Amino acid sequence: MSAELISPLPIARTCPYAPPAEHRRLREEAPIARVKLPNGRTAWAVTKHEHIRTVLSDPRFSSNRRDPGFPSLSREPPPASDLKPLLLELDPPEHGQVRRGVLGEFTVQRTQALGPRIQQIVDEHIDAMLAGPRPVDLVQAFSLPVPSLVICELLGVPYADHEFFQKRSATLVNQQNTAEEIGRAVGELMMYLGKLVAAKAQDPTDDLLGRQIRKQRESGAVDYEDLVSMAFLLLIAGHETTANMISLSTLVLLQQPEKLAALQADPTKTLGAVEELLRYFTIAEHALGRVAREDVELGGVLIRAGEGVLLLANTGNRDPEVFGNADELDLERGARNHLAFGFGPHQCLGQNLARLELQIVIDTLFRRIPGLRPAVPVETLSFKDDATVYGIREFPVTW
Amino acid sequence: MRIIIDENKCCGAGQCVLIAPRVFDQRDDGIVILLDEAPPKELHAAVREAACVCPGAAIALEERP
Repeated sequence: MSAELISPLPIARTCPYAPPAEHRRLREEAPIARVKLPNGRTAWAVTKHEHIRTVLSDPRFSSNRRDPGFPSLSREPPPASDLKPLLLELDPPEHGQVRRGVLGEFTVQRTQALGPRIQQIVDEHIDAMLAGPRPVDLVQAFSLPVPSLVICELLGVPYADHEFFQKRSATLVNQQNTAEEIGRAVGELMMYLGKLVAAKAQDPTDDLLGRQIRKQRESGAVDYEDLVSMAFLLLIAGHETTANMISLSTLVLLQQPEKLAALQADPTKTLGAVEELLRYFTIAEHALGRVAREDVELGGVLIRAGEGVLLLANTGNRDPEVFGNADELDLERGARNHLAFGFGPHQCLGQNLARLELQIVIDTLFRRIPGLRPAVPVETLSFKDDATVYGIREFPVTW
Repeated sequence: MRIIIDENKCCGAGQCVLIAPRVFDQRDDGIVILLDEAPPKELHAAVREAACVCPGAAIALEERP
């Protein structure tokens, strides 16, 4: 039966805008398929939208990345870690308790209150681009510093140290790096954040970390290890994700000028366009994994306890049973049931912040730099095919 | 249509607030607040969408003919 088919993962893309053809073939022929991972182990690859949603909402699948069955796309075993589990590694009921401790920082209302400051940050970076030399690398001049500054201000991490943590967060998501290199980057970041949290314990500032310290003090003791883990996750998650979405969205809109023109003619369409760009790129394609805690039957396939499952959300977001003309970027599609932020209780905590940043960027960048265009042939751009989070390495632009 | 929410399942993603702000809101701690348990017909499509995309399946709908 088709479920016995074994193909190696990951497979390189042939088109920078679409999941690898092999992943699409799996969705059509073996939507729950046994695949071989780079470390030689096998796992299940799940490629249909419906099945991905099911696995991500089923508590019989664990998020524990330290379980030996958890599917890894790295060639090497993960570095041994004595760190407290990150929020994204926890299972219920502990996961819900930790998530609820910080949820209030990311409500729709709290996020929208950051809008004017995000607009200011976007404008300042565009001012600097306009005043500087051409061509310029959009990634370094705009896509990376804007979300980086936003998450730093929200957390209370000094942006002056950005070179230090940007370099280390890029190391973490590059699967070509050795376990030793990744382990060192994690250690250095944790050390940095440990010192920062200790300083805030002396003088709790009015930012997420300071507020968490005050809140935990009011209800008893402060768990500094938990806070460092939380700061680590939010800092990393706030860097490589929105930054890549900004670069990719800019590129695709510059390449499809009729769609960009329609957006600019009616700014009320931007929020819907953001939703479609999220679906279309689904940059965290290699970030969603689970391990079965018990035997589970899914779509006629028996997944045994201890087996790993990879949720290929990018392929699921092109599922023709859910999205008509799924491979087309349709900025007026109006579909929100995509899996770009994952699904289930772990769904992205910062999703509304990401939506708002992308909305402000799209509304502002093309209006303020109307002649914006790639400064090199688009075929020569280098994409992050081997990273946990997809993106463009360098994007020279001019105007 | 009658809406039943399960606060224990809510994971505070806030998508219901974005889709149907006249029906759903969030408390300061991020958990859903139901503003209208029997919303008028013109909001039904938005409420159905909010229930469909809720990552925690915290929104249940009783549809009456």
